[in-house]
Amino acid sequence: MHNRIKIKADSINFFYNKVQALKNINIDILEKQVTAIIGPSGCGKSTFIRLLNRMDELVPHTSITGKIYIDDVDIFHTSADPVEIRKRVGMVFQKPNPFPKSIFENVSYGLKINGIKDKSFIEEKVEMSLKKAALWSEVKDRLHESALKLSGGQQQRLCIARCLAVQTEAILFDEPCASLDPISTAKIEELILELKKEYTIVIVTHNMQQAARSSDYTAFFLLGELIEFGKTQDIFTKPNDSKTEAYITGRFG
Amino acid sequence: MKKNITQNIGFLMLFLCIIVTLIFLGSIIYFISARGAKVISWEFLTQGPRMGMTQGGVLPAIIGTFYLTLGAILFALPLGLSCAIYLCEYSPKSFVVNIIRISINNLAGVPSVVFGLFGLAVFVNFFKFGVSILSGSFTLGILALPLIISASQEALMAVPQSIREASLSLGATKWGTIKNIVLPTALPGILTGVILSIGRVAGETAPILFTAAAFYTRGYPKSIFSEVMALPYHIYALMTEGTHPDQQKAIAYGCSLILLFMVLLVSGIAIAIRQRQRGINA
Ligand SMILES: Nc1ncnc2c1ncn2[C@@H]1O[C@H](COP(=O)(O)OP(=O)(O)O)[C@@H](O)[C@H]1O
Ligand SMILES: [Mg+2]
Repeated sequence: MHNRIKIKADSINFFYNKVQALKNINIDILEKQVTAIIGPSGCGKSTFIRLLNRMDELVPHTSITGKIYIDDVDIFHTSADPVEIRKRVGMVFQKPNPFPKSIFENVSYGLKINGIKDKSFIEEKVEMSLKKAALWSEVKDRLHESALKLSGGQQQRLCIARCLAVQTEAILFDEPCASLDPISTAKIEELILELKKEYTIVIVTHNMQQAARSSDYTAFFLLGELIEFGKTQDIFTKPNDSKTEAYITGRFG
Repeated sequence: MKKNITQNIGFLMLFLCIIVTLIFLGSIIYFISARGAKVISWEFLTQGPRMGMTQGGVLPAIIGTFYLTLGAILFALPLGLSCAIYLCEYSPKSFVVNIIRISINNLAGVPSVVFGLFGLAVFVNFFKFGVSILSGSFTLGILALPLIISASQEALMAVPQSIREASLSLGATKWGTIKNIVLPTALPGILTGVILSIGRVAGETAPILFTAAAFYTRGYPKSIFSEVMALPYHIYALMTEGTHPDQQKAIAYGCSLILLFMVLLVSGIAIAIRQRQRGINA
């Protein structure tokens, strides 16, 4: 199977207040594949993934060199609008962060801010997104209750549904299961495999088994550098770099 | 054992402090109610004063206080909220902005008679609004501004960064995020600021002394350029002027009771709105 390149990072260097957090990162992320990013805490995984939909801009005093392309569009070009990029590339965060609004309003939020007013279209889209996020059966009778009443795992799936309602191309997951129990984690993993059919997925994870189970490609970061990148199978069975091997066998990090 | 005894004594002291506070609060309400209730009647609430303030009602003062408070909030809320949004959401976290923030907080400590003189110089004389509802509302509004700004700032800062990020990551603009997520979430806190300001504004005498208040007006205010009677000033005037101190004192207590009731009523409504909002948010 030959998938085309969806997201391309080209010689990325990133600095917080002159402190370098990413060093010369080059990665090709393939369309409709799951790419896992692993590495010890503080190695720059979040920093990297947040660049991919320009969420890095929320932190002041940063600088960047190099380029990131989504479908050959340079997303840091002065003509690129971060709002437009984020409508294509969604993000699910480490801690579930539903809005303090109803379940329905959470999912329809992205449509609403896009100026969509057609009620039946919104209702359809909400139902479809909740179904895709494997949450529909659990919430269909209480769509107008507060989203904060859901369990952590349900909240995280709601956040996924919220992306699915608007974002059509790629979803970035930054340790989506870090605060979840094993059962909720399994559900999210299952979901990611399902979403892969339609979306390009990048997932940061601390959990080796999770990376091994759910990803097609794996990137190993260490101290802001990309040590190794390749097919997940290869990374986990015959890593080229001794540091990769040490990390995946749990000898450090 | 010994530790337990000291702890119990500690709790007892705290409890006594609460009792003392409650006694003060209770006695305020008791004395004002007991003395004020005597003069409260349908006539008192629905008619103007007669016979040199010794008879009749205080409706013009009630209406005046209502207009002044409403005017002050209409002026201060949009302005104060906009300032708070700018300071919290848009301005860079710099030294200058910190100075602005501290200055605004200090403004809250300026004695209200100073605001009164400012209002006289600026609104009454410079802008030539005269002694009027307009001048009084602006003056009271400026008094309320720091309260509204700091309460709004606190409410905005309490909105978690994580839900702002969620909104932005869904392709919302910064303004869209503020309008749809940040402001609704901060609303209960902002309302608290408004409640506090209403209480403060409705009861102030000094700021309206030279800018809006009249001891007696014939009939009711005709426009925002009319001078008005107002409850706090009416109380002050009844207690310091006139020739029938006993009758006037009784009326003053009646006015105090009405003022107290108005403030409690507004607070009650605002608290109810806040509770409802919390219910939705929780
Ligand atoms: N907002 C920030 N300001 C300054 N330094 C930061 C900021 N966020 C992250 N860093 C630094 O950048 C490095 C990478 O952090 P991060 O990308 O969060 O790592 P990871 O997600 O792999 O744990 C760390 O050394 C961290 O201290
Ligand atoms: Mg991280």
